[in-house]
Formats: sequence, C-alpha cells, structure tokens
Amino acid sequence: MKPSPFVYHAPTSVDEALHTLGEVGGDGKVLAGGQSLLPILNMRLAAPGHLVDINGIAELATVAVDRHGVRVGALARHAEVERHAGARAVVPLLGQALRLVAHPVIRNRGTTVGSLAHADPSGELTAVLALLGGSVECARSDRRREVPAAEFFLGPLECCLEPGEMALSAWFPAPAPRTGTAFVELARRHGDYAVAGLAAAVTLDDAGRVAQARAAYVSVAPTPLVLDLTEAVAGQQVDEAHWAAAGELAATRCDPEPDIHASANYRRHLVRVLTARGLAEAAGRARQAEAPPGEAA
Amino acid sequence: MTTEADQAGPEQLHPITLRVNGVVYTVSVPGRRLLSDCLRHDLGLTGTHVGCEHGVCGACTVLLDGEPVRSCLMLALGAARHEVTTVEGLRRPDGSLHPVQQAFRECHGLQCGYCTPGFLTTVAAFLANQPDPSEPEAREAIAGNLCRCTGYQNIVASVLRAAELARAERTNAEPDGAEPDGADRRGQECP
Repeated sequence: MKPSPFVYHAPTSVDEALHTLGEVGGDGKVLAGGQSLLPILNMRLAAPGHLVDINGIAELATVAVDRHGVRVGALARHAEVERHAGARAVVPLLGQALRLVAHPVIRNRGTTVGSLAHADPSGELTAVLALLGGSVECARSDRRREVPAAEFFLGPLECCLEPGEMALSAWFPAPAPRTGTAFVELARRHGDYAVAGLAAAVTLDDAGRVAQARAAYVSVAPTPLVLDLTEAVAGQQVDEAHWAAAGELAATRCDPEPDIHASANYRRHLVRVLTARGLAEAAGRARQAEAPPGEAA
Repeated sequence: MTTEADQAGPEQLHPITLRVNGVVYTVSVPGRRLLSDCLRHDLGLTGTHVGCEHGVCGACTVLLDGEPVRSCLMLALGAARHEVTTVEGLRRPDGSLHPVQQAFRECHGLQCGYCTPGFLTTVAAFLANQPDPSEPEAREAIAGNLCRCTGYQNIVASVLRAAELARAERTNAEPDGAEPDGADRRGQECP
C-alpha cells in the first residue's frame, strides 16, 4: 500500500521546521528516519495532510558526548549512535540496547529520538531513557522545554509532544559511578519486537556490595515501567546476591497484558527470569568498571 | 476524511535528481512516492522487488551511500542527496557477476528469486564491512530478510561462499599478490 497524499515540506533549519509545524498544527507529522512512520503511512493507519521532512536539517544530525552524558540530535541514526565509541563509553547502556533495536538495515535509517517520540511500549530506547532518568528537548515556535522521561511517555504510541511541537534531541545521562548496566530481552527472532525485556542498572558501594538495583521494562506496560528492586539485594556481594529474589519482586510489581504473542502469566515469568539475568549481568559490569582503569567492558 | 491535500486537486510534483548505479536521472514525483516505486515505475529499474511494503520482508533493500536501507520505507525525495545502488548496480562494469551474485548462483541461494535482490544488496554491504564472517554472523546478517522458498540453508552457504570469492578476487587483484591464474583454490565448493 502507498501513503495517502500529503503536502511535503523540506525545511533546512530548525526555525523553519517549527514555523511550518506551527502553521499546520495537528495535521502535520515530522519525518526523520521514517522506519516507524512510513509503515504507518503505507498502511494508512495515519493520513497526515502535511509531512515535515527534517532530513535536510544538518544541525540535528549530532551526537554530543561529555562526561555527564550523551545528547543525541533528532537526526542521529541508531547506527551512528551505536558506532559512536564516545557515546558507548559514557553511556554503555546505549550500545547494549541499540544492538537489539530491529535489524541493522533498519538502524541505518531509524533515529534514536524518533523511536522515543514514537513511544512504542516495546521500543528499547524508551526503557533506556526511563532507567537513566534522561529527558527530551521539545520545541515549538514559541517555546522550548526539557521534558523528563517520566513525563514524556503518556501511553502506547503516545508521548507528550503537542501539535506544532517536535523533539529536537534526547539527553541520556551517564550512570552514577560504580554502576553497571545491561539490556536483556526475549524476542522470537533477533531483531523482532521483544515479548518482554528490560534495561538493568546495578550500583555498588565502596565495599563492592549492592547499593542500588533498578530496571526498566519494555513490552510489559503501556509506558516504560521503572522498578527499584534494591530491597531484594541491598548490601549483598555481587557473587552471592539473590538476583532471583529481585526477579520475584519485579514479577509481583508488574501487571502485563496478554496478546497473541504471550499470555500475561508468561510475560510475568519472563520478567522474573530476565530481571535476575539482567541484574546479574549489570552487577558483573559494575564490578569490572570498579577495577583499576584499563579493562572495563 | 478529506485532507487539505485532497482539496488541492492534482498532487504537487517535485522535480528531483537521483543518482542510481552511477547514472543521473531527473524525474518529477509527488511527495508520497516511495523510493521503491520511484525506482520501479519512474526509472524502470524493476530489479528492486516490493514485498510487504512496510519494512518487514527486506525484498526492496537497496544501498544508500553504500549502506543497506528499505526502499519502501523511504520517500523518493529523501534519496535525492544520496547515491543509490540497486541490484542492477551490483554487476561489474565488464558485465560479470558480483561475487555475491556468483555465490547465490553456485550455491542455489534462490528458488523463485523474488526475495533475492534484497538479499544480494544486504549481503554485499555486509561483506564490505565483514569480509570473513562466521556462520552465525552470516545468519544474523540475513535475519532481516525473508525467503519463503529456500529454508535459508543455501542462502547462508551463499553468504560464506561470496566471502570466499570476494577474498580470492582481492588477493588476485593485488599487484604482487597470488599468481594470476588463480592459485587460490579455496572454496571451489559451496561450504
């Protein structure tokens, strides 16, 4: 199937894009990588009257890294972020999650910020942003605001962007010192939508004991579900920690929906198993990061 | 629902210049023209096949500046600033087959052939980055392409064979490399 007719706009600056979006309001959609929008247009699930193609705005194709975190511009492709050694070093969770986002061919076009704005409950980046406490820079012709992850995602395929507004960049803060992260998910095939998955972060104290254990889930709730599971493993040594108990705790704190791919019970089972696996992996990395400089994965 | 675009009457056409397989084309297309349709209908390059038209099957994969992308998930207008390579462009200037094409032929990597253009472009780009893949890597490289005939075994074999052919070609091309008569006899069989 083909998209229905629309008026095509190709602004060359952010100001021009915001001006156009302001004029067309709710009848306009922003085209970045198009790997979610084009299927929707092709299947005519949406038929916007105006398409604002931001691919000509070079200033948005940026990945900026400092020791505090990574700022990803609206035109940075998944593949660019995934390959960016500096970004992977400061926020390893980005690389850990991006390798699970669809297939490489899709990652060549799809954008990281676009997948956040798409707000698919199975989108890996939504959990990454939520777990790290990141934010999205949203702009309208008369206003700019930085929206925290907890307020950005409103529901399945729904974020807080208003008519005339677009996401300019996303901020992924570096995790606290002595923190390790991991992304684990179960999908029928590598690259498919996850039946369930999570981003995990474990922080150790000076003595190498678990100080904090948190996880953010995809395909489990309408928006990325962030759980603090510290109480199950607090103060325990990495090798002896009861990760399975943390998994049990997570299973009691989620309320997944059934669909054609999995029953609610199976999803809860996956939460239990994958949480234990993800936290253990993250804790292992936290310990490695703690080791003297030289070999940190 | 009647959109503003409907009321505007005939769709506005946008003149664009596309560079495909090294040839420059000038066409006028509506904004909604998919790159896949532009290649096939406007330029007559019917080697690119359209399967699912929502990015799942991989049949329409082309190279954009050397990187594989789904041509059904791109607007033709979006390709204007880039170099597009379709399956027609894999063939060597002397008319001989690209190592990937040669390998698919040798190893029976296709049956009906509908999905094949997408596999060829995907694998060509994959081997450019990973000249010596393991079998699991070869499998993952084609995970985004669907084939309903072969059961994939011969396609995986074709990927590995193509890597061999490409390596042999590079060795022979080196001025002080192997003997011109193809001393490299590796992989005369499909793996």
